[in-house]
Amino acid sequence: MGVGIRTRDLRKVYTTAPPIAARGAAFGAGFSFKKKKDAKTLNVVALDGVSLEVAPGEVFGLLGPNGAGKSTTVGILTTRVRPTSGEAVLVANGAGELVANGAGELVANGAGEIDIWQDQVRAKQLIGVVQQRPNLDFALTAREILLFHGAYFGIPSADRQRRANELLEQFQLTSRADDLTRGFSGGMMQRLSVARALMHDPQVLFLDEPSTGLDPQTRLMLWSIVRECNAKGKTILITTHNMEEADELCDRVAIVDHGKVIALGTPAELKASIPGGYVLQLRFSATPAELIERLKQLPGVTEVRATAAGTDVYADRGGGLIGDIVGAATACSADLHDVHISEPSLENLFLHHTGRSLRQ
Amino acid sequence: MNITAASQLTTQLNQHVAWKTFSALFARDVRVARRNIVTTILQTMLQPLLFVFVFGQVMTRSGMMNASYKGMLLPGIMAISMTMTGVMAVAMPLIAEFQFTKEIEDRLLAPIRIEWIAVEKMLAGILQALVSGAIVAIPARLLLGSDLHLSTEHLGLFFTIAFLVALFSAAGGLTLGCSVGQTQIGLVFSLVLAPMVMFGCAYYPWKALESFPILQKVVLLNPLVYASEGLRGTLAPVYPHMPPMVVIVVLGAIDTVLVVAALARFRSKAVS
Repeated sequence: MGVGIRTRDLRKVYTTAPPIAARGAAFGAGFSFKKKKDAKTLNVVALDGVSLEVAPGEVFGLLGPNGAGKSTTVGILTTRVRPTSGEAVLVANGAGELVANGAGELVANGAGEIDIWQDQVRAKQLIGVVQQRPNLDFALTAREILLFHGAYFGIPSADRQRRANELLEQFQLTSRADDLTRGFSGGMMQRLSVARALMHDPQVLFLDEPSTGLDPQTRLMLWSIVRECNAKGKTILITTHNMEEADELCDRVAIVDHGKVIALGTPAELKASIPGGYVLQLRFSATPAELIERLKQLPGVTEVRATAAGTDVYADRGGGLIGDIVGAATACSADLHDVHISEPSLENLFLHHTGRSLRQ
Repeated sequence: MNITAASQLTTQLNQHVAWKTFSALFARDVRVARRNIVTTILQTMLQPLLFVFVFGQVMTRSGMMNASYKGMLLPGIMAISMTMTGVMAVAMPLIAEFQFTKEIEDRLLAPIRIEWIAVEKMLAGILQALVSGAIVAIPARLLLGSDLHLSTEHLGLFFTIAFLVALFSAAGGLTLGCSVGQTQIGLVFSLVLAPMVMFGCAYYPWKALESFPILQKVVLLNPLVYASEGLRGTLAPVYPHMPPMVVIVVLGAIDTVLVVAALARFRSKAVS
């Protein structure tokens, strides 16, 4: 079977301090604080009506800056954060049939939909979660972490031994399998976290910023594991602020900011939606209105925007425009001080929609 | 297969898995407790045992205290050890696991209602408290020597009270563990646990507070008083003690309140 995800109008307002992972840019632009005068309660709007549909077997990306609401969305879908309102369901196709779960037991996959908050236990059986920060059980060795995780999901002893060995091998952890995980490097912890999430063969895998802090080699390994899982029909929801990762892995991407979905589509569709594709971020000594007009008239330019930092020009080419831009500036007696050219990317898309860079 | 049959089967399978999950969670805590047994013993039992040595041996042998004090001391020492072990065994790991590292997360994601995870934590705490009571009794008994006037006539009541004490410590530990942060642990120990131990009627019977009428009333708020008095009343009834049935009723009420509070605290701590 395949299991998809559907959310409708998810809202989350934190009245106490949000969990660390969901805090993002430490209550940055994504949050608004309202202190009531009588009761000193916190009101942090983390999600403001998020509706998504993730098809079974899809790799879906949530892309956005810190504090956009990505971790809160994952938290709600994984029973860890209670939504203030809205609906979050897992949608299983092949309703009513009996299938073998990771434990080799028959599990009725039931009538189509599982409301994650109405039926948390069944939802938890279907999902695997890799959190943003490694949350390994420090009291146990790497092997025990996998074995106990398997036991929590009711996998018979012999099966979980075999599966743990396979995963330790696959994730290159065999040599440290019987060590406590406290002394592991960040990359090893992350690998073990992913191995643990796969231990019970979940139908939906949630990866919350999985490659943060990973070296390039481990990141590539992670990507190939994600692809492999997906090839087995697993649905994968991945959050990231890494454009390359979203571009590389995801079938579809939702760009979120301030708790809202601001764009949704395949990476190619999204990139094609940016006027021109290229962005030239320019800084002039002065930007008279005439200069802006002249820039708009240049061949290939689709949009010119004045920003706090300077002027952004959206165009269908990059370097080829520089000569014309310098010419336009000279004609208005302004000097061009700085140029930054970006090729078509999701990053530019984000910039286009929000006026901010993802990394800001 | 029709829908009703399918959903019945799902329910059965879920119950089956839930039981397996519960025992796996318990097995995990037992494994960790066994691994840490030496530290746990040192952490919770060394102090009461030193107390036994100083007051049960040094003070009585030198004649500064009456030898009958020794028999009075043993049940109190057991009450302290059980309470401290239960509280520490549940609260300390929980405080760490709910902090920054969120270690508890893999258990919260186990396919079981999260309340059962709290129940499992308490069960593991009860077991550790009972083991601790049994372990501390042996060296304490050896240190104190003979002439303790211990009684085995009320073993049924004794074990009932011992269980209620263990439950109180585990449920109290869970409530505490879900209520304080890592930075406040030291404060909790010096402000709550230290006075609780000193005014817990472990080192003296409640009757001894008669000359401090206000204090005698105030300490009735301290659950350790009932633990000490109850164990004393059933194990060494020659010494002054509260009636065991009163102890059972009060401890039962305290346990009920603490279990409800622990479940509520755990739920609100586990889900944001």
